[in-house]
Amino acid sequence: MTDAADTGAAAPKRRSLIDTLELDTRLLGMIGAFIILCVTFDLVTDGRFLTPRNIFNLTIQTVSVAIMATGMVFVIVCRHIDLSVGALLATCSASMAMIQTSILPQYFGMELGGPMIWVIAAASGIVVGGLIGALQGWLVGYLTIPAFIVTLGGLLIWRNVGWYMTDGQTIGPLDPTFMMFGGTNGTLGAGASWAIGALAAAFCVYAIWQGRRRKQKHGFTVKPLWAEFALGLIAVGAIMGFVAILNSYEVPTRRLARMFAARGEEMPEGYTEAYGLPISVLLLIIVAIVMTIIAQRTRLGRYIFATGGNPDAADLSGVNTRLLTVKIFALVGVLCAISAVVASARLINHSNDIGTLDELRVIAAAVIGGTALSGGIGTIYGAILGALVMQSLQSGMAMVGVDAPLQNIVVGLVLVVAVLIDIIYRRRTGDA
Amino acid sequence: MTPLVEMLDISIAFGGVKAVDNVSVDLHAGEVVGLLGHNGAGKSTLIKILSGAYPKDSGEIRINGEAVEIHNPRDARALNIETIYQTLALADNLDAASNLFLGRELTTAFGFVDDDAMEAETRKIMGRLNPNFQKFKDPVKALSGGQRQSVAIARAVYFNAKILIMDEPTAALGPQETKMVAELIGELKKQGIGIFLISHDIHDVMDLCDRVSVMKNGQLVGTEKVEDVTDDEILAMIILGKRPERT
Ligand SMILES: Nc1ncnc2c1ncn2[C@@H]1O[C@H](COP(=O)(O)OP(=O)(O)OP(=O)(O)O)[C@@H](O)[C@H]1O
Ligand SMILES: [Mg+2]
Repeated sequence: MTDAADTGAAAPKRRSLIDTLELDTRLLGMIGAFIILCVTFDLVTDGRFLTPRNIFNLTIQTVSVAIMATGMVFVIVCRHIDLSVGALLATCSASMAMIQTSILPQYFGMELGGPMIWVIAAASGIVVGGLIGALQGWLVGYLTIPAFIVTLGGLLIWRNVGWYMTDGQTIGPLDPTFMMFGGTNGTLGAGASWAIGALAAAFCVYAIWQGRRRKQKHGFTVKPLWAEFALGLIAVGAIMGFVAILNSYEVPTRRLARMFAARGEEMPEGYTEAYGLPISVLLLIIVAIVMTIIAQRTRLGRYIFATGGNPDAADLSGVNTRLLTVKIFALVGVLCAISAVVASARLINHSNDIGTLDELRVIAAAVIGGTALSGGIGTIYGAILGALVMQSLQSGMAMVGVDAPLQNIVVGLVLVVAVLIDIIYRRRTGDA
Repeated sequence: MTPLVEMLDISIAFGGVKAVDNVSVDLHAGEVVGLLGHNGAGKSTLIKILSGAYPKDSGEIRINGEAVEIHNPRDARALNIETIYQTLALADNLDAASNLFLGRELTTAFGFVDDDAMEAETRKIMGRLNPNFQKFKDPVKALSGGQRQSVAIARAVYFNAKILIMDEPTAALGPQETKMVAELIGELKKQGIGIFLISHDIHDVMDLCDRVSVMKNGQLVGTEKVEDVTDDEILAMIILGKRPERT
């Protein structure tokens, strides 16, 4: 049955540790590069880079770009591009700001701070983003205008539609509940963070176990038990470690005192409180999980990758590639709206230049994360890691005191070199 | 008996080129009809109209005597028409199972694609078609031409086709695999499936087919029963566009 000569299937040879664990070497490489980057910055800044405080800030600064980058993966995998994400974010942000600060209070008598305001605002933003995305997708898919042109036009159009909606004014402050999605103003505290971490860890273990059982049911070979245990341990360790770091960043005493004062209470002596997991980061994690499930476990995802690999084959296999294009761009629109919630909440108001140049950051994140512009290849976790690398570079250089122009030069170089390394890697492993 | 498939007066032009010009062919259940012709004669284009890849300019398609409209590949699949394309139409970045089930994924109770179940099914059918095939985990771009062709054949026969279109299905296959495809064609024929077989190998065609239709420059030269014609007469039809003389 296993006729090696004929099939190219190698005879059972000693397998390396990475093979046995069935780890993705590309992911390992990226994580390795990221760790080297962080450690280097930490050394250069005398340990100021890898503090809980800086890690906390890094994660909340990454969220907005990372959320959009997960959608950009689908667009690029499908051989398109979306240059309009930053502008779309601005239009969504403008709509949500207008809804919560003027439309709802003026016409529906809802005051800022009301319980429903953030829901209505966020939902409307998502509808706006989804519709604009679908419109662009329709132009690309059904009218066959190249995505580059449609979204280049979109970049000019949506940024300035946003401008007209607000008359170019900065709109704020936003609704207090809405602002909890921004990061520092909405964190879960130590207890809830531990609970969520434990839940996630338990789910990882369950998923590994389920996967093993499914494979056994079909009689496929499975990893040795110790390998599964090792993987489970790594996953649980990473999750709990991340939570531990966020939980060790404590809210400054002055800020706590102000919070107590606002409630008309006296702060007890020696009282401390940890920030814990920011809601915005939790949002990113949820988006990442949902997008990964779409990519790997749904027909939609399968068709996106098939179309990217060979559009004709997808068509001949009965995939409605035009409708698929609409769905992808609509999905990106929705993600832009979610990013708009996070970005405007973080800035505590809507300003005209919100999301400027984000399209380039988002594309760079996806590409650094291993998404191939030739289509068919890309991962969600890669794009998020790419966003994290970009943000770390930027913050790290700012911390070291690198001039702003030089920062951009370095980021540009890193983008080009990252893609070069990726090309060389793929040539080596033969999946070019 | 009503034919399984009738393609009547089919025409299609690309720009100024009449790729298929007023061609009529038919196919009965349990029959293999060979389509022959020089390169660019219009064979692939004709069957792509049946498989929904191209919209016809004019003409009519009947299945079991009933006129049908085939606007896209989904319509064709719904009519149990399966196709092995000359270009294979595989997504190179996906593995064999994903390609085999592309557009018709097996799903779990929750509606998620069930990769393990699809791989298990793929192993079963490949075991029958090409027992040497072992590369189930690799993207199909890592496969040899013949292995890729096996995947395309497996995809066409897995889904209980009633009408099977094979556009040069053995062009890249080794002798052993070609023999297995020949056996497969015989088996499918017995099950009452109608097969259009496009091939440049006249011996193959004479062995496997019941009738042959010959095309030249987009037009139909003629359709003959294989037992009524010699190899040379077929060659004359292909090269000269000349129908054999009947007494
Ligand atoms: N998509 C297309 N656009 C323009 N012209 C086409 C297209 N497809 C086919 N043609 C033309 O139609 C004619 C018939 O092509 P077709 O592929 O049907 O030939 P064929 O008989 O299958 O040849 P072969 O034996 O080489 O596969 C050729 O002249 C070809 O150039
Ligand atoms: Mg052809």
